[in-house]
Amino acid sequence: MKDVAVIGAGMTLFRRRLKETGKELSFLAAKMALEEAGIQKSDLDMVVMGSAPDAFDGIHMKGENLIDGAAAAGKPYVRVFNGGGTGVFAPIAGWWHVASGVADIVMVVCEEKMGSCYPHPQTAFRHIWDPIIDRPLNPNLIWLFAMEMNRYMTVYNIKKEDIARVAVKNKRNAVGHPCAQLADPNITIDDVLNSEVMAWPVQRLDVSPPSDGASALIYCSKDKVHQFTDDPIWVDGVGWGIDSTMWTNRDLCFPRYVATAAKMAYKMAGITNPPKDIDFAEPYDPFDYKELHHMEGLLLCKKGEAPILTREGVTQRDGDLPICPSGGLLGVGNPIAATMGQKVCEVYWQLAGKAGKRQIPGDPRVGVGQAWGDIMQMATVIVLRR
Amino acid sequence: MTEKKEQKESYPKYAPGTHVHDKDIYERKITYTWWEPEVQYSWSLGPAMSRFLQELKAGKIIGIKCNRCRRVIVPPRMFCEYCYGPTSDWVYLKDTGTVETFSLSYLDADARRIEEPILIGVISIDGASPKHGFMHYFGEMKPEELKIGMKVKAVWKPENEREGSITDIKYFKPFRGGEE
Ligand SMILES: [Zn+2]
Repeated sequence: MKDVAVIGAGMTLFRRRLKETGKELSFLAAKMALEEAGIQKSDLDMVVMGSAPDAFDGIHMKGENLIDGAAAAGKPYVRVFNGGGTGVFAPIAGWWHVASGVADIVMVVCEEKMGSCYPHPQTAFRHIWDPIIDRPLNPNLIWLFAMEMNRYMTVYNIKKEDIARVAVKNKRNAVGHPCAQLADPNITIDDVLNSEVMAWPVQRLDVSPPSDGASALIYCSKDKVHQFTDDPIWVDGVGWGIDSTMWTNRDLCFPRYVATAAKMAYKMAGITNPPKDIDFAEPYDPFDYKELHHMEGLLLCKKGEAPILTREGVTQRDGDLPICPSGGLLGVGNPIAATMGQKVCEVYWQLAGKAGKRQIPGDPRVGVGQAWGDIMQMATVIVLRR
Repeated sequence: MTEKKEQKESYPKYAPGTHVHDKDIYERKITYTWWEPEVQYSWSLGPAMSRFLQELKAGKIIGIKCNRCRRVIVPPRMFCEYCYGPTSDWVYLKDTGTVETFSLSYLDADARRIEEPILIGVISIDGASPKHGFMHYFGEMKPEELKIGMKVKAVWKPENEREGSITDIKYFKPFRGGEE
């Protein structure tokens, strides 16, 4: 396997609706990544696209539609997709293009336009449910997360206010992010606890927003990386895993498929003691409780312990184990696949010391990004190292 | 080293894209096109779920056993996804169970707000392996009475209204021991 370095990243503004088309957003994110890497379309050997359900954009097989914006016209190209897991799975797929030796320079572009689905992308989410046993009950997707959150809270005796701290932290962290949709320097725990109840225990401010946006990442093989940088950031490990779709036959209190994916990535990266060996992480946080759930799945702490670490300030940007320094999905926004911008691009920028106001103090050397999707079943993990 | 870092530019350096609002669409301030797909589906359900739904029509909940891992599985399937061999014996289960988790939903299927919450959750069914069950509604209880771990019992539609659907069960109500 060849060593793979990250040499550039980019992302667009994240907003509920953006005027630009999916192709144009892909172009804008890709252009920024090409600028940072100091290369052009002609330097790219291959392109990987990540984009989540077609139903949001309303363009079936949208991977093909997005090619031109992703700098892939005339090149080897593939679109990968596993729901919310795509934001980290697309960069995993990009990694194996280079690690396998079939390409030296590969760009990964992720795009999502949820605003096109009118009036609300929830209508498209309805088509995710099993048509036989779930759909006749007319479910709303939020139910799924509300039921998982309730199970998690009840099994580990977690207070709602300790979960709300995650929303507060991430929306405040997002203040330093130029693309952020829901940054709020003044938000309090009470704001979260007093926000509208959507499906108890999920309240309005527990949830990340639907968003439009795109992000991009450029990889280079070890053989060529000296042409671009003296201080490369390496992909040290990748992992992915999925559990059965029969989510009512599993205990939702612990995401064991995240642990499967994490163990695969850690083994590759030589990580034996995750809380000690990992300096910071960007776990997937479409809901505040999911950050905690995923910290536990990523083996960054014991089961039920993530809310305690959060309460003690350990996960703050200046804490011992900063979590979601980008502002996460809760603060920056949730254009599903394009959250590669927080989950992988941010890890790269942090390790390169380029995160500006969001920069983690000290000298972070190992960062982990993770995404999650499908019906409580898919996890994707990446480890970057300086 | 630290000084060098401070001199570095902050990434992302800029945030390209143009924000548009709902009203920009309503007031036709931006150029857009519109499409309403008309698609219909009819799914044939296969042997396992066909049997399950036919049994619901008869007022019974049925599961299936995997002879390798000994799980009694509901909803039933023709193969065990973990052992990856065929399941074998059909097993009638009780129409009682335990609330594994729940939500009180103030949103309908299209994310519209509703006044009275929908009581929804996962019920593990008595007679199946632990944690094996399905999602359904709850009824005949106040929202604040609904608790994880509580025992519940199916309330069925009248026989002549059942059609072989998960909704042949209207909801699950609180179950107190000895009750039929
Ligand atoms: Zn089995």
